[in-house]
Amino acid sequence: MSVSFLISQAKGVQKVIDENSAEIEVLDQKIGDGDHIFNIQRGLKLVVELEDSIKDLPLAKALNMIAMKVLSGIGGSSGALFGTFFMTMAKSPDLDKDVDFNKACEMIISGIKAMKERGKADVGEKTMMDVLIPVSEKLNELKNESEFKSGLNEVIKIAEERMLSTKDMLATKGRASFLGERAKGHIDPGARSSQLIIDTICKSVINN
Amino acid sequence: MKKFINNNDDFLKESLTGFGKAHSDIINVNLDPSFVSRKNKTKDGKVSLISGGGSGHEPMHGGFVGHGMLDAACPGFVFSAPTPDQMQAAAEHVDSGAGVLFIVKNYSGDIMNFQMGAEMYSGKNDSIVTNDDVAVEDSTFTTGRRGVAATVLVEKIVGSLAEHSGSLEECKKLGEKVNKNAGTMGVAFTSCTVPAAGKPTFDIGDDEMEFGVGIHGEPGRKREKIQPSKTIVGNILEAILDNLKPEKNEKNLLFVNGMGGTPLTELYLVYEDACQILQSKGVQVTKSLVGNYCTSLEMQGASITLLKCDDEILKHWDSPVHTAAMRWGM
Repeated sequence: MSVSFLISQAKGVQKVIDENSAEIEVLDQKIGDGDHIFNIQRGLKLVVELEDSIKDLPLAKALNMIAMKVLSGIGGSSGALFGTFFMTMAKSPDLDKDVDFNKACEMIISGIKAMKERGKADVGEKTMMDVLIPVSEKLNELKNESEFKSGLNEVIKIAEERMLSTKDMLATKGRASFLGERAKGHIDPGARSSQLIIDTICKSVINN
Repeated sequence: MKKFINNNDDFLKESLTGFGKAHSDIINVNLDPSFVSRKNKTKDGKVSLISGGGSGHEPMHGGFVGHGMLDAACPGFVFSAPTPDQMQAAAEHVDSGAGVLFIVKNYSGDIMNFQMGAEMYSGKNDSIVTNDDVAVEDSTFTTGRRGVAATVLVEKIVGSLAEHSGSLEECKKLGEKVNKNAGTMGVAFTSCTVPAAGKPTFDIGDDEMEFGVGIHGEPGRKREKIQPSKTIVGNILEAILDNLKPEKNEKNLLFVNGMGGTPLTELYLVYEDACQILQSKGVQVTKSLVGNYCTSLEMQGASITLLKCDDEILKHWDSPVHTAAMRWGM
């Protein structure tokens, strides 16, 4: 993982999210308030625009700038969660040394763990964590393997299955969940956007 | 979409700038990061109250900044929680050393961003979370009940205590009491349209209403055919009373809140219906508030809040307030 890797991934993800924006917007309007796609798009635009200011910075500083940009520029749950993700990655030890696959996995795993704590959400609650937590668990299995490309294909598959699994979940836990039944039948928009991000990044790593 | 708008990216900034100019005798508007603060500095020893949330609920919260209510408000994008740097900047701007109490509506995005803002602010601070909506236990955005119109009452009542030298702990305690004593439920006849989306948030038939709607147009208990006002009001009150269970001799504040697109004539009719129904059930109404305070853009609809009042709450409700949206006694 390098700063140029982060920038090229942000651009790739931006393209895919833009292509799928109409679908995510509809999902959010079915069971949410419709702001998720705009938040994600605004965040990606801000990160891509950071290119000139971060391209020559050390990785930790670049990640920190991305974190602050995401945190202050997006708002809503997505801003807090993705801001927490990048802030945690920026705090990883030894970022001045080479960041190989193993190290990159550990950074992502710790980032997702921090998101889980910030959002106090676990799998089964119809959120983006339904995709991110299983992906993090798979990365934990894969991180020491030298032949990781086939493993990333499994990550892509897991992300997709888990994204689809949010469709039949109740929107909420807890008792007397009036909204829950009505939210059934719709994929969670955050799970969909997270799955698209993972899909894009994994495919890019496999193909390079 | 028909709205007064120039372009999407400037929508909030232009509106906030206009708000600042229109009420320049009471407040200042800071942009980047955005927050509304009182024109006058917080007096020494006074606890500062800061609230905030997505825009689109005006006059909440910026309209409640001023003497007797908030010290600052942090507006996010329309229906999106504000960001931690806004809360941090607002706290640094208004804190006179007595500490900051953050008043947060129970929505996941607000909770997370206010938590991070509080972690980033080095001064003494605490938070209260409002969750007065009896319609749903857990919604798409919340764990537990949503924080809606009673937040206005919390801000007014705790604002008065802060003005009367209440400590951070006392302000928090009173805020939690008001929240616990309040119950709210709303209905929507039409959807709202988020400017960035350009089209209505949800589809609803001409003869339908969303019973138990949230303040972003998020679904409530059920979709049903519209009914006479008395029936709707009766059903709302039944849900609230079932939850609050006021005693016969207890005093109550009745708050009829417009969602933004319903005229005051109708809100007063709702108030009258609610008074009659409450009287028939032996519930005493001694204080009132009617108007558009916690809105949902141009949505047609209303919410009803009932607040059980003890002497402390009554005293702080009546005390002087001078903000853009609420003013009496001074």
